[in-house]
Amino acid sequence: MNWLLLLEQILNGFQLGLLLFLLAAGLTLVFGIMDMVNLAHGSLYMMGAYFCATFTGWTGSFLLGALLTLPTVFLLGVIVEVIALRTLYARDHLDQVMATFGLILFFNEATRLIWGPIGLVIPLPDFLNQTVEIIPGAPYPAFRLAIILVGFIVAGLLYFIVARTKLGMLIRAGASNREMIGALGVNIRLLFTLVFGLGAALAGLAGLMAGPILSVEIGMGEGILILTLVVIVIGGIGSIKGAFIAAILIGLIDTVGRSFLPEILNLVLPEASASTAAPAISSMMIYLLMALVLAIKPQGLFPPKGVGK
Amino acid sequence: MSISIRHVINVALLVFLGIIPFLTDWIGDSFYTGLVARILILAIAALSLNLLIGYGGMVSFGHAAYIGVGAYVVGIGAFHAFEDGIDWMLNGYAQLVAALLGSAIIALIIGAISLRTRGVYFIMITMAFSQMLYFSAVGVEAYGADDGLSIYSRSDMLGLIDLNDEKSLYYLIFVSLLIVLYLMHRLVNSPFGNVIRGTKSNEARMRAIGFSPYKYRLTAFVIAGTIAGYAGFLMANLSDFVSPDMMHWTRSGDLIIMIVLGGMASLFGPLYGALAFLMLEELLSSIPLTIGGLHVGEYWQLIFGPLLILIVLFARNGIDSFLPQARKGS
Repeated sequence: MNWLLLLEQILNGFQLGLLLFLLAAGLTLVFGIMDMVNLAHGSLYMMGAYFCATFTGWTGSFLLGALLTLPTVFLLGVIVEVIALRTLYARDHLDQVMATFGLILFFNEATRLIWGPIGLVIPLPDFLNQTVEIIPGAPYPAFRLAIILVGFIVAGLLYFIVARTKLGMLIRAGASNREMIGALGVNIRLLFTLVFGLGAALAGLAGLMAGPILSVEIGMGEGILILTLVVIVIGGIGSIKGAFIAAILIGLIDTVGRSFLPEILNLVLPEASASTAAPAISSMMIYLLMALVLAIKPQGLFPPKGVGK
Repeated sequence: MSISIRHVINVALLVFLGIIPFLTDWIGDSFYTGLVARILILAIAALSLNLLIGYGGMVSFGHAAYIGVGAYVVGIGAFHAFEDGIDWMLNGYAQLVAALLGSAIIALIIGAISLRTRGVYFIMITMAFSQMLYFSAVGVEAYGADDGLSIYSRSDMLGLIDLNDEKSLYYLIFVSLLIVLYLMHRLVNSPFGNVIRGTKSNEARMRAIGFSPYKYRLTAFVIAGTIAGYAGFLMANLSDFVSPDMMHWTRSGDLIIMIVLGGMASLFGPLYGALAFLMLEELLSSIPLTIGGLHVGEYWQLIFGPLLILIVLFARNGIDSFLPQARKGS
């Protein structure tokens, strides 16, 4: 086994995991507090990438572009919440699935109309567009390292907000018992809108960071949306801690699995069948993990207090 | 059963669907026979999903997976018959049995695990399982991976019916639809159907009067999956092609849209929904309007997406609620 490659893949796993966490954090709060299935979360991720590409083009700087993108996506999230989603909280999950599915179609088509069918490229500044040798002999892209760093910082900030501030207290209370905090005189509407906007901004942040590595294209949010759903279901809907642990777990399993499964399978299978089976099995692995977790703990690994019945 | 206007409309629709091949002969454009056949197959799948969503309250978001399983059985059979000369794999009856059995077993496994969960978790886990099947189809290079498989010869029904004849295939699909409609009618109004409906409206009470919902739900889940597998068998023969895209989660979303469009918990709802869904797609994408050099029809989903939200918000009960009301449960 190649240890340097393993190390590199573990870093990649953290990077994917932290991106997933940024998406999952917003989604799990929306799920947990508002009991709302929002399939359009991936669209906000996509919008983050597209806005960043445009703003980077205008300002000529990726960092400025990113700074402009965050409030824009926050605002977009607030607008979507106020216009389309607010009326859906009281509806059942089926209605929410349908309506947010409609939103996905709308966002994809609107993006095609505005930015055209061809994907965009987000150019990186020089200091991010190089490799760093953290360990001698193993150069690693600086931008991916930056993603890991930003991911950890945001996770820490979120933890601080949720665990230590008044807003966080309300969020946690909302995830445990929505009606009760409403009865105690908290302006739930405003709280919902704020949380949704925050979730949107986090999704946008994930999108703008994924943009330079993957490609900025229509439908880019859908694949990662499914992964995010897997993350929050494994972590327990409404739990930030669960989302964090599950996101890192999924990121590591997916990335490391993909690069090492062929080798592992080679030990038990003839080479030809190992190389055919490996891609299929490695993309199925996280779903198997999810099935396993739900079969044992139907509420996920870390259900918020007061939810697990 | 008294005859209401609603029944007349339903029967008129079925008669109309029954003479479609002759109508298109008359117009001289057989394209529409294929289009309507596709709609009918999707209606069969939507009908089966409605047993879960409309009657049972189980929002399964992975129903397209079973269509895929049924379709891939035909595709793989035709592939081996063509490439390796294994003739029996082209046998339509062998394919049919494999398609039904395969989708039933997969539905049993998925259902057994998924039905332990509720609400959002159930939606997510069914979606995840269907994505798992989707990715395994994408990953299998031998069967075309991403590109799918072209089917060079349709299922051989040993002279009983020739699927290569478009009219025979259409009538096979049409009669299948009638049978599934009848089956659903019987099923929903049977004691079994009452338990399923009862667990939707009040699970605690069903438990209190001595039913264990889990095995009833699982049975319904397997029945629905098997019928969808049959729809896949038909779909593969109609389109001469299978690909992982048939199993993508957005295809499952389409089926749910059909059900909600048509009206849940009504027998004919999914059929109306499937017709409306594909006709809307055809209509919206051919809007002859050009604004600022942009062809509006090309961006039909820009209209369809918000339309979907409006339907959810304001026309909850779908097309079915616009038909004259008949006795409950008809």
